[in-house]
Amino acid sequence: MGLLDSILGRTKAVAPKLDALFSLPSAAVTLEVQAGLVTSGRAGVCWKPPAGQAPADVQAEISALLDLGEGDADAPSLRSVEDDLGFRWLIVEGADLDDLVTQAHQANTLLTEAGWGPQLLCSVFGLRPAPDADASAKAGYLVYLFKRGTFYPFCPTGPASRDNEAELRLKSTVGADLPFEPDLSRWMALWCLPL
Amino acid sequence: MGYAKHIESDRGLTARMFVTGLFLVILWAILGAVLAAVGVGIGLIVVIELAVIFGQYWFSDKIALFGMGGRLVTPEEEPTLHAMVDRLCALADMPKPRVAVAETDMPNAFATGRSPKAAVVCATRGIMRRLSDEELEAVLAHEISHVAHRDVAVMTIASSVGMLAGLLTRVAMWSSIFTSDSNDNGGGALAELAIMLVSIVVYALSFLLTMALSRYRELAADRSGAILIGRPALLASALVKITGEMSRIPTKDLRKAEAFNAFFFTPAINGKSGTSIGNLFSTHPTIEKRLAQLDELERQLNAG
Repeated sequence: MGLLDSILGRTKAVAPKLDALFSLPSAAVTLEVQAGLVTSGRAGVCWKPPAGQAPADVQAEISALLDLGEGDADAPSLRSVEDDLGFRWLIVEGADLDDLVTQAHQANTLLTEAGWGPQLLCSVFGLRPAPDADASAKAGYLVYLFKRGTFYPFCPTGPASRDNEAELRLKSTVGADLPFEPDLSRWMALWCLPL
Repeated sequence: MGYAKHIESDRGLTARMFVTGLFLVILWAILGAVLAAVGVGIGLIVVIELAVIFGQYWFSDKIALFGMGGRLVTPEEEPTLHAMVDRLCALADMPKPRVAVAETDMPNAFATGRSPKAAVVCATRGIMRRLSDEELEAVLAHEISHVAHRDVAVMTIASSVGMLAGLLTRVAMWSSIFTSDSNDNGGGALAELAIMLVSIVVYALSFLLTMALSRYRELAADRSGAILIGRPALLASALVKITGEMSRIPTKDLRKAEAFNAFFFTPAINGKSGTSIGNLFSTHPTIEKRLAQLDELERQLNAG
């Protein structure tokens, strides 16, 4: 948003940056080898449903377009939940990080095409310690901020506490492989994640 | 935002506002009188006045928080409030302002601060108690839009013309008092009278313009806030709830807060809002106008 628009009180809705998400699969090796973390098999896309078209319609559309067969046990599954702040989460489950990123990106693209790009908040990717990792590897999340096109780590240790040390360690480990959010005040807490 | 002008109107100030405002008024009075007495040029007085205005702008967050009794809160103290602000800022791609709570039962909220980075968003305990979480979020979106629009800076610049004109009026008055006994002809006195008249007219005009601008900024913040959360009806329902509550609260409490109207989500006094003259002097648009705009936005969203 330009200074003029801001002074004239004409805020424009901010379009999301979708493509930087694809730097995540290429950081997977660093994550596993150096941080001892692999995907937890769950990822979520968080957005704020606006007035108008019922969210159920879009979810049906997304399900259809992602081509998720209900009978197929190996296919990634998709579900939608609302959190206590009125934001909707599309949650994708699947064993492979590449697939999760692709699915999340497809969902983002669909939501953006439905005109709801400005309502996209973040994508969250669950991480857990690899089977052979040492004790220093802690489960956590990588959060992708749509409006910034950046990632940050979020390692909750309780309903309202987070492990800043683990987060900063994660930053120093994979910070070079991912577009990391430099402004620490934007590393918002996401308590009670539904994934 | 128009803060000093409201202080000057000097009606029913609370003790806090009294302390804050009194300093400014006394400062101006002493300064103006002394400078005029020793014959300092009007240019210098204007420069000093501008410095005072700039100070109010620069410390707007501290002045408003002190005036309203707002207290900065940590995420541990107010997790929901912080989480709402977090998410709204992430949606709007803005730096997160500081978050404050005022322990008063009057339902309101305000945003202030010289820049988005130094901003504070404050909600009263009363508004948090009365509104649902979704409605509170809508109100916060409105306040965050004020921050994004740099309304403190805009309103400071807008009202500084009026403040300067007001100062010129007083200086002309003082210097005519101080010089009238010693001097001879009426030429100087006539010129001073002319300055005074012009200043009064400028002051009155700029006051009306500032109020009009303030109303426009409120509508702009309503609009941006509603678009940010994507649900204009939520902001409308918050507005209806709050204005309904506001008119039920005893007048005495409301008048104490009147000086801070320019910061507020809805003004503390909105009686006689039906008359057009009343609207001219108002910092906020009528509730009907605000609801009509939100209604139109809701229709557009549903159609698109």
